Amino acid sequence: MRTVPIPAAMLDTAAGISGLALDTGKTVGKGVNVRHGTILTLEDINVSFDGFKALTDLTLYIGVGELRCIIGPNGAGKTTMMDVITGKTRPDNGVAYFGEQFDLTRMSEVQIAQAGIGRKFQKPTVFEALSVFENLELAQKTNKSVWASLRATLTGEQKDRIDEVLSTIRLDSARHRPAGLLSHGQKQFLEIGMLLMQEPHLLLLDEPVAGMTDAETEFTAELFKSLARKHSLMVVEHDMGFVGSIADHVTVLHQGSVLAEGSLEEVQNDERVIEVYLGR
Amino acid sequence: MTQALNQTLLARATAKLGPQVSLAIGLLVLAVLLAMPLLHLLPADHAMHVSAYSLTLVGKILCYAIVALALDLVWGYAGLLSLGHGLFFALGGYAMGMYLMRQSAGDGLPAFMSFLAWNELPWYWYGTSSFLWAMCLVVLAPGLLALVFGFFAFRSRIKGVYFSIMTQALTFAGMLLFFRNETGFGGNNGFTGFTRILGFDITAAHTRAALFFATVVLLVASLYLGFKLARSKFGRVLTALRDAENRLMFCGYDPRGYKLFIWVVSAVLCGLAGALYVPQVGIINPSEMSPTNSIEAAVWVALGGRGTLIGPLLGAGLVNGMKSWFTVAFPEYWLFALGALFIVVTLFLPKGVIGLLKKEKDQ
Repeated sequence: MRTVPIPAAMLDTAAGISGLALDTGKTVGKGVNVRHGTILTLEDINVSFDGFKALTDLTLYIGVGELRCIIGPNGAGKTTMMDVITGKTRPDNGVAYFGEQFDLTRMSEVQIAQAGIGRKFQKPTVFEALSVFENLELAQKTNKSVWASLRATLTGEQKDRIDEVLSTIRLDSARHRPAGLLSHGQKQFLEIGMLLMQEPHLLLLDEPVAGMTDAETEFTAELFKSLARKHSLMVVEHDMGFVGSIADHVTVLHQGSVLAEGSLEEVQNDERVIEVYLGR
Repeated sequence: MTQALNQTLLARATAKLGPQVSLAIGLLVLAVLLAMPLLHLLPADHAMHVSAYSLTLVGKILCYAIVALALDLVWGYAGLLSLGHGLFFALGGYAMGMYLMRQSAGDGLPAFMSFLAWNELPWYWYGTSSFLWAMCLVVLAPGLLALVFGFFAFRSRIKGVYFSIMTQALTFAGMLLFFRNETGFGGNNGFTGFTRILGFDITAAHTRAALFFATVVLLVASLYLGFKLARSKFGRVLTALRDAENRLMFCGYDPRGYKLFIWVVSAVLCGLAGALYVPQVGIINPSEMSPTNSIEAAVWVALGGRGTLIGPLLGAGLVNGMKSWFTVAFPEYWLFALGALFIVVTLFLPKGVIGLLKKEKDQ
């Protein structure tokens, strides 16, 4: 893998979340058992909506610390797959495990989020009426019960963590602005920042660089690369340039199942992939 | 009326001046409200005497203001538009009414039961001669109903207009139930003819003054509670819930608990307001549960400005102030005026009167 210089701020962040540092063969952070080095296991997943098969025998493994890009034409089932992983959609059958012990098909969205899967939506979704700082505050990993929220006050440590993420996502100067007034790209970064605050083990990112300027895209690529290995990332993206700059491993989805898997170069040269997707 | 005027003045001044001045005006209004019951105790021919009519009217409006605040907590902050808050208000009122009926009846049965030729109290009337138990009922009846209804509604993820319709249906069902004589709450006449509360004559000046004072205390306490909730992380989670519930769930928050908590708090506040309303107004009947009452409460909040704490108080004061003037001056036209008001607010003041004032301030 190419080495890329990473801004110091990002290295700080990486150090800040090193609680999640992985040792393959042990548990990552709190509770997620990844004995076999696989953070996400999807096997023979089927999902159909009124007869339309959105996912067909989808089998996919994400390794601990991996940065995986998922590409595929519209309707290939990328978003449905994310819905299955985050508990929004229940598969008709199949196996979905987070680590060794979390059966995702039996958990609610909230439980899955608390277990350590963070998701960024395709359309940036932030709490528009709240300030940037408050958005990050709510996302922060902590006790999220009603009683805890009624009595919650920020500790110095928590404030420092928010400040750290604010500078990582370059929104330091906008900390008191309502999130609704941010630009599209800034909202994307805020949402990524919220994911960082959640300290998830696995990040699902649905088109994270859509609507970003070139400079922002480049910065996002660096950021993701600095996150990989400490976190596992699954990135759905259409921007091939972006995919090429970050991915060591690419999966191509087509009609609800995996068409090809390998390095970007390998899949780009794959006859079937060219036929259904890249060749068009 | 005084209340409404005070609040308008308060808001106007707030718009032009800084927060310290608005705090001073708030305290002034509070002082006026606290002085009113004392002035009522003056002899009737004294120049400063506040009549029983004015005191009752303002007391009634203060009760409505508490309802508006309670509704705003669920609607303005958590985004749950309830069109059934009149039910919780009426339940609190009925719980208090049961106690008042027992006080009037002495050792016998309340008069309406004698008319029905009932010989003994229904089981749910047991213990209502005790003021303490009646107060428990004031909290428990609306609180438990809200808890059960909310539990199922939020578990089934009922939101938006469906939630509003269900709350509307709930209050309508409550009204129909209470209209029946067999329900044991005085049928369509409800409860009236109260004579004593805690052994005091209910129409005596001192009693009226004390009830009014209690209402002011409850209003201030509700405001304080609302302020604390809105400032807490809990309040921010509610706002987040209103704007992006999915995002919140993927952040690891379970929205059900948050909705249920604020929903029950809101219902209990309404119940308490209803309990103070009944002895001041002297009557409670099922029309308090009619859907239009609950919709009117939503108009107060929308007019004043939802998502703020002062807005709903302002709205309740303004609308009810206008109502008491209209129903004397042009009784037939009140509902038209209310409808027109609602249309004007929806079209031109999406953030209510508070929004208008804030805009002026910004410019």
